[in-house]
Amino acid sequence: MFNFPSQIRIPLATWIDQLMDWVLAHWGAFFDALGDVLLQVLLYIEKIFLWLPWFVVLILIGVVAWRALGRWWHGLIMAALLFIIGAFGYWKLSMMTLALVTSSVLISLAIGIPTGILMAQSDLFESLFRPVLDAMQTMPSFVYLIPALMLFGLGKVPAVFATIIYAVPPVIRLTNVGIRQVSKSVLEAAESLGSSSRQILFNVQLPLAFPSIMVGVNQTTMMALSMVVVASMIGARGLGLEVLLAINRIEVGRGFEAGLSIVFLAIIIDRITHALAAKQQAARR
Amino acid sequence: MQNGQERSPGNEVCLEVKSLWKIFGPKPEEILRSELRRAPKKEILDQTGCVLGLRDVSFSVRKGEFFMLMGLSGSGKSTCIRCLLRLIEPTAGSILVEGEDICGYDKPKLMHLRRHTIGMVFQHFGLFPHYSVADNVAYGLKVGGTPKEERYERALKAIETVGLKGWEDYLPGSLSGGMQQRVGIARALAKDPEILLMDEPFSGLDPLIRREMQDELVELQDKLQKTIIFVTHDLHEALKLGDRIAIMRDGEIIQLGTPEDVITSPADDYVRDFVQDATPSKVLTADRIKEEPTLLLYEWQGPQVVRHMLRSARRQNAFVVNKHHQLLGLVTREIVEDLIKRGVPSIKNALIEDVPTCTSETIVEDLFPIATSSHFSIAVVDGRGRFVGEIHDRTILDSMISDKEETNDV
Repeated sequence: MFNFPSQIRIPLATWIDQLMDWVLAHWGAFFDALGDVLLQVLLYIEKIFLWLPWFVVLILIGVVAWRALGRWWHGLIMAALLFIIGAFGYWKLSMMTLALVTSSVLISLAIGIPTGILMAQSDLFESLFRPVLDAMQTMPSFVYLIPALMLFGLGKVPAVFATIIYAVPPVIRLTNVGIRQVSKSVLEAAESLGSSSRQILFNVQLPLAFPSIMVGVNQTTMMALSMVVVASMIGARGLGLEVLLAINRIEVGRGFEAGLSIVFLAIIIDRITHALAAKQQAARR
Repeated sequence: MQNGQERSPGNEVCLEVKSLWKIFGPKPEEILRSELRRAPKKEILDQTGCVLGLRDVSFSVRKGEFFMLMGLSGSGKSTCIRCLLRLIEPTAGSILVEGEDICGYDKPKLMHLRRHTIGMVFQHFGLFPHYSVADNVAYGLKVGGTPKEERYERALKAIETVGLKGWEDYLPGSLSGGMQQRVGIARALAKDPEILLMDEPFSGLDPLIRREMQDELVELQDKLQKTIIFVTHDLHEALKLGDRIAIMRDGEIIQLGTPEDVITSPADDYVRDFVQDATPSKVLTADRIKEEPTLLLYEWQGPQVVRHMLRSARRQNAFVVNKHHQLLGLVTREIVEDLIKRGVPSIKNALIEDVPTCTSETIVEDLFPIATSSHFSIAVVDGRGRFVGEIHDRTILDSMISDKEETNDV
């Protein structure tokens, strides 16, 4: 009698399974079409990344990092890291990973920033949406792979889908926070000058929230990178798959090379986006 | 204070507020209908949880008038001025701007009012930190749809008016507080509004800058002839700038009149306290500012001694007392020289007896006529004629200035 009564059982799992069945039965065509569109976009972006000659990418990353971080040798280090990835033999795979991250982030921003704006405008929406965001972020990322798999099958599209769910919360959160942090006296002044709420949003709130939004972009990008690696389990080709294969075959060296490449990629992306955000913040002071 | 006489606002009413109410809380209308509408603020809060912001406030402002709303924090003055632009929606009542009730305005009309007719300056400036000075000032015209070239032309003119020419391209964050508020004023003026609302615009500035800004505002007002409604918690500011002053407490206007009225006949104790706090010369007594004399002479001292003592104390004159410390008069260097020349052994009979005196209880304000009637210091004596201290002209002035400084900083 000290055990939890077994008669009490919330069959949430069954409900969700039923919901999924229902969605698949009635909305299957929709998700197929959505998947096709998404796939075309992904392939296109991937094509660009793979088409670019390696030295052009190196120079590009070097210059951007130099501009963003402020010192020429920072640019050199970033380019060098990318060069090492290439030297490990992972150039193509890393470009595919990068393409996946880029498309996931772009879609995340397209969804996240408007959602963040909505959240900032309405307290009700914020209080409803905040727990959803918490859940999205704390749920183990593998869990998203299952519905993604069921909706879109194997490959890049479910990978991107799962990545977006996992990576979109920070940009929503920080857009919301950024807008809410705009000082009340500034808003009041804007209102007193006869601005419409749209004018206040675009002239005052968004520009002043921009540094915060950039921090969100940075976090979203980093989370997208980590998720893209996990998503290799459902067939997204890239560096993550390489790690997965190394695990399956117990090849320590190969796993280490692939793992290190992911780390380098993460460093490059993080430093550059972080510097861009910080730069924005500094310009305001 | 002289402005009241120099400037003469016309008789044309520019803005009229008629029994304006504001109650913050869930069900304001119920309070308005119930008996509670006359209850004290505290009682309303306790019984309903609603906060009374404004209760039946009425006043009218003439064209070109400098109208002050004064009160302590929580008195409703800021709520009141915000209602005039409907930044806060009034619960009941009407606000007539040039004859039209703006409480009935729909959104487009309200926006038009804010864009063209009324400008507002805020205590915390409310400048856009990401815009340059010029962009800040031009913003109101931008949202109003003025073409780019014209709006920067007008913005530059407004910037020049407030004396910030040459700072157009700076960001507000790089300007001092006083300059930032100039930008705030320029921004409100750029659209050339009829009415200027100012919500404690100078409260955040240090006293020196504040005085300077006040003087400039008076000049500006003379030049532009705007109708200004100015909120302040500082009676000095109200007395200095206002044509008329409305004193508010707990959401109501308790006195409305010219600065003269307010000073000379305060409506109740609340206003009286205000007036006394702000005008120390009316309450400060001689006792507070009297000094120990650097030299005090006795009647039996001879002229040679007196001359020596005057010289070593570096004084031109000194008060003379008898052995009971009672004041007899005053002796000057000329008198002493004369006595020595004539060989008179005592100063006793040569004293100037007609010296300015006052008691410890004399109010500083009453010292002014005494001080100006003679060029000697004022002697302070007690009830039995005993000398207790002296007051120099300078001390009187200093006490006024330093006390003003203090009240200004509150």
